[in-house]
Amino acid sequence: MLRKLRDHLRDYLSLPVKITGNMPVPDGSYERNRNQYNSTRILREILRETPGDAIKIVGIVDKDLCIQILTFVFGEAQLGGVASIVSIARLRQEFHGLSPDEGILFERLVKEALHELGHNFGLIHCPDRECVMYLSNTVRDVDRKRITYCDSCDSALYAKTEPWRV
Amino acid sequence: MEPKVNILIVDDEEIVRESLASWLEEDGYEVKVAENAARALERLPEKEWNLAMVDLKMPGMDGIELMDEIRKIKPETIVIIMTAYATVDTAVQAMKKGAYDYIVKPFNPEDLSMTIRKIIEHQKLLKENIYLRKELKKQYRLHDMVSKNHKMIEIFDLVKTVAKSNSTVLVQGESGTGKELLSRAIHMESPRKDEPFVTVSCASLTESLLESELFGYEKGAFTGADQARSGKIELAKDGTLFLDEIGDISLKLQMDLLRVLEEKEFRRVGGAQLIPVNSRIIAATNRDLTKAIEEEKFREDLYYRLNVISVYLPPLRDRKEDVPLLVEHFLERFNIEMGKNVEGVAESAMRMLMDYGWPGNARELRNVIERAMVVTKGRMILEADLSLPKTPGVSLPNNRGKSLSDMEKEHIRQVLLDNRWNIIRSAQVLGIDRVTLYNKIRKYELKKEPVLNS
Repeated sequence: MLRKLRDHLRDYLSLPVKITGNMPVPDGSYERNRNQYNSTRILREILRETPGDAIKIVGIVDKDLCIQILTFVFGEAQLGGVASIVSIARLRQEFHGLSPDEGILFERLVKEALHELGHNFGLIHCPDRECVMYLSNTVRDVDRKRITYCDSCDSALYAKTEPWRV
Repeated sequence: MEPKVNILIVDDEEIVRESLASWLEEDGYEVKVAENAARALERLPEKEWNLAMVDLKMPGMDGIELMDEIRKIKPETIVIIMTAYATVDTAVQAMKKGAYDYIVKPFNPEDLSMTIRKIIEHQKLLKENIYLRKELKKQYRLHDMVSKNHKMIEIFDLVKTVAKSNSTVLVQGESGTGKELLSRAIHMESPRKDEPFVTVSCASLTESLLESELFGYEKGAFTGADQARSGKIELAKDGTLFLDEIGDISLKLQMDLLRVLEEKEFRRVGGAQLIPVNSRIIAATNRDLTKAIEEEKFREDLYYRLNVISVYLPPLRDRKEDVPLLVEHFLERFNIEMGKNVEGVAESAMRMLMDYGWPGNARELRNVIERAMVVTKGRMILEADLSLPKTPGVSLPNNRGKSLSDMEKEHIRQVLLDNRWNIIRSAQVLGIDRVTLYNKIRKYELKKEPVLNS
C-alpha cells in the first residue's frame, strides 16, 4: 500500500517521492486514558528523524490520533512547514463496523496524504466540498471529496512545487 | 479579500497550544498563543482579536478571571472557556460571566469547526449591523431631530446649506412639529454656534412687556424701570435670535421689528443711542401668515422680510413612517434621563401609536412616550402604558340633521385637507380609487384651499 501511495503521489504531483525506513511510534505519544496517540508529539518526533534532503515528509501511522482538545484527528501538518502525519486507523471500513476494503482505504489515504501535503506547501482549507483541501471531520466528508485538488488549490500548489518538479 | 480572523489561544500546556494552533491555522485563521493570563493580557493590545480560547485552569490568574479582564479591555472579543474537567458549577459561572461557549476537552472536531464558524459569522453580522445602523442614523439625523420622510430629509439638507448664510428664516408648521428644534439646528450648523441662541416667545407676553423684552430699556423709561436692562436682541449678540409665535405680535411691534430688520439697528425703550444688530433672526409660527395678511392682522412687508428662506415642517400625521424612529429616539433619551432600561414598544402598542392622528405632533408623541416610560413596569411599553385620547384621526363636526351626502362631502374635504390634497394618498385613506375621488371632488365642487406655503 505504501509503494502504491508513493507511485501515485509521484505521478500526480510530479515530485520525487521515496519511502524512508520504519519509525516506531514514540512512547511519550500514547494517551493512556484515551487509548489514542497524540499526533503533535509524533509529529515532533518525525521532524527530528527527517533526512536533510527531504522536501516534505509524511508519516503514515496505523494508530488512532488525537490532540488534547479534539476527540480525534485524521492527521496533522505544519502549515508551510516540512512534516505532516496521516492516520489510517479511522480510514478503515472496519473502524466503522464494516468489512475491510483495501480499495476504499487506499483512496482515502491518498486524499488525506494530499491534504496534509497541501498544508505543508502552505495551502489552507478550501471551501469547495469536493476539493481534497476541504476540511473533513468524518469519513463521509473524505469520501465526498474528489481525489484531486480543485483548480485554484491546484494552481497554488503548482507554483509552490515549482523548484522540485520533475 | 476577507479580513484575517485573529484567534488567541491561552493555555499553560505547550502541547495544547501547539496542536490547537496548528489545527486552526490549517483552517486559515491567524493564531497566536499565550502560556498564561499575564502573557495573554500583554498580547491583547496587539490586534483586534475575534476570538480568545482560554483554558479554565491555569496557574496564577484562572480562565474566568482572564475572561473578565478581556471583556473589559476588548469587549468585542468573544471568549470560549476550555476545560478538561466538566463541572456544572464552573460551566454555569463561565456562561454567566459572558463566555460565548464552554467546551470540555476533548471536543468533537466537527463541532469545534462549526462553533468557530458560527462565531465568525455572528461577529460579521454584528459589525454589519452596527455599520448599517450608523449609516441610517447619519442620514436621518439633524442634531436632535430624526426623520426618514423625504420632505424632512430635504429640509435637513436645506438647513445645512442655509445655516452658512445670514439670511432670515421663517419656520412654519403646526405646534409640536419641531420649529424650535429646527431653529436650534440651524444655529448649531452655522458659524455662530458658539454664540448665544436666544429665544423670545412672542405669544406669552403683552405688547409692552414684549417690547421691553425685545429691545430692553433705559433707566426711568417707565414706572418700575429703576435700572437699564438689555433686551433679547442685544443678548443674542453675534448669535441667533429666535422669535417664536411671530404670528401673534401686535401690528405696532410688527412695525418696530420691520424697522430693526431693515436698518439693522434699534434703540432701547426710552433710549436715544442706536445699537447695531449683529444676530441672525429666525422666526417661527403655527399660523397661516398669508391668511393673516389677507385679514390685515399681519404686515405683508414684514412677512417678506422674514420669509427670505422658508421652511414648512410637515405634521406628524403626514410622516407616519417617522413614528417608530421618533419612538426609538425618545426611548434612547429617556432611558438616559430616567436611568431606565426600556428596550422597546410592543407590537400592538406600536400599532396604536401608528393609528393615532397626532394633532400635537412629535411633541405629543414625546409626552406620551415619557409618560409610558414612567408608568411601565417591564422592559417593553405595552398598550396599557399608553394614554391616548379616545378619538384618533378625523373628527367630524356636529353632523346632526345633515344628509349622508353632506357628511360624505365634509369627510372627503377633511381627508383632502389632512393629506394636503395629495389625491393618491387621500384616495387610499378613503378606500376608493383615484378616478372615484376626482368624480366626487367634481360632484361636491371641492376646491383646494390655500395652505401654508411649503
